[in-house]
Formats: sequence, C-alpha cells, structure tokens
Amino acid sequence: MNTDYDSQMNIQLRFFASLREALSCSQELLAIPIEVKTIAQLRTYLQGRNECWAKALADDQPIRCALNQRMVSDSCALQDGAEVAFFPPVTGG
Amino acid sequence: MTVRIQEADFDLGAEIAVLRQANPKLGAVVTFLGLVRDLNEGSEVQGMTLEHYPGMTERVLGEIVEEAKSRWDIGQALIIHRVGPLLPTDQIVLVAIASAHRGEAFMACEFIMDYLKTQAPFWKKEDTPQGGHWVDARESDDVALLRWGLSA
Repeated sequence: MNTDYDSQMNIQLRFFASLREALSCSQELLAIPIEVKTIAQLRTYLQGRNECWAKALADDQPIRCALNQRMVSDSCALQDGAEVAFFPPVTGG
Repeated sequence: MTVRIQEADFDLGAEIAVLRQANPKLGAVVTFLGLVRDLNEGSEVQGMTLEHYPGMTERVLGEIVEEAKSRWDIGQALIIHRVGPLLPTDQIVLVAIASAHRGEAFMACEFIMDYLKTQAPFWKKEDTPQGGHWVDARESDDVALLRWGLSA
C-alpha cells in the first residue's frame, strides 16, 4: 500500500449563488487530508483557508450542503471522489 | 411525468394540451403559474436572474413528482422551471397536474410547489435600483412544508 495515496481524498467542490460570488469560485477539485471525514469538518477546513472563506462559510451562516447532489446534514461522511456542494437556502418557484 | 429546466418561455395552453392529450379518463387539470413581480419586500424589482444546480435540480424535481404520485392518484404531472434572466410579468414556473378528480390534483399541485420552494436548488438574484441582491429564503416556506409531514 502506498501511504501517500491513502492520506487524502479527492473532492469535487461546488458553490452556488451568493456563496459562489463571495468565494469567487464555482467549482474546484480539492485533495483533502484524511482527517477531514464529514461535511462539517470539510466546512471547518475550508474556513481555515483565509478571511474571505472564514467569513463566507462561518458557522452562523445559513448554508446548505449536498453530497453527490443530495441534500445532507453536517454529520454526513465524505467519500473519495464525492461531489460536495455548498449553497444558501434555496429560493426558486 | 415531465420535468423541464429551460431559459425559454413556455405556452401555458400548448403545455396543457399536451398534458391532456384528449385522454377521456382525466376529469381535472390544476395548474400553478409563478410570475416575476415588480416589487419584493419594499424594493422595486427591475429584473432577476435564476441560477440552479444542473443535474441535482432535475433529480430533485423528479423525486418530488414521484413523492406526489405515491400520495395521490394523479394521471399526469408537468413541471417547467425557467432559469437565466427574467423580467417583471415573465412566467417563472409551471406545475400542472391532471387527474380523474379535482381533489387529488389540487393537493398534488400545492404539495409539489411547497416541496419545490424549499428543496429544489434554485436561487433568485434580483436587480433593483440599489443593485443586485440575492433573495433570502422565507421561513413561511419551511412552515408550508411541515403541513405535509416533511421538514426543510
């Protein structure tokens, strides 16, 4: 086993609406450390990037999350190759 | 059942004609047509842009229709939701349900709209004289979903 490959997961990140604008990012392929195991931990990890990300993804922001295009709760576990989207509450209709 | 996400406008009469297809078993068609208003929460709205999450949107709307079909005996269901730039008075969304009797069509149509409002990944950005701003989600939409035994 090659430990380099086992030490991280690849996640396809996507952002929408006001969050996409605040982060100036619509999507990004990201290798995350293996310690980042859940949606909540991924959000905390991304907050650590810089002030802009910390503010946009702050815990008090009402942000929803989808894992592989299904709405999930913060405690949901990540898988290698997953598509994870963060976005504000939806306003269609 | 049909779900369409499109930038183009649609013709309500033509869509209903296709939904009915001269089927003599259908006794009722209920439609909800959502429109762009020129005023929202005190601000003048000059236009809006609708963004969505391609792929997830179609899947969520498909699931909404399946959930409605499991609850009520409905014959046909159609959802059209527009995306991209829209102007006041433009049509945004159509939900049309055809069934044997009106009661089930009314219920299914309202259920689909309540579900869509809180679960389907669409976002509205309004253009106002003060600039563009993203529309905030309404708590009343979450409350509407509770009536059906679901939470947002």
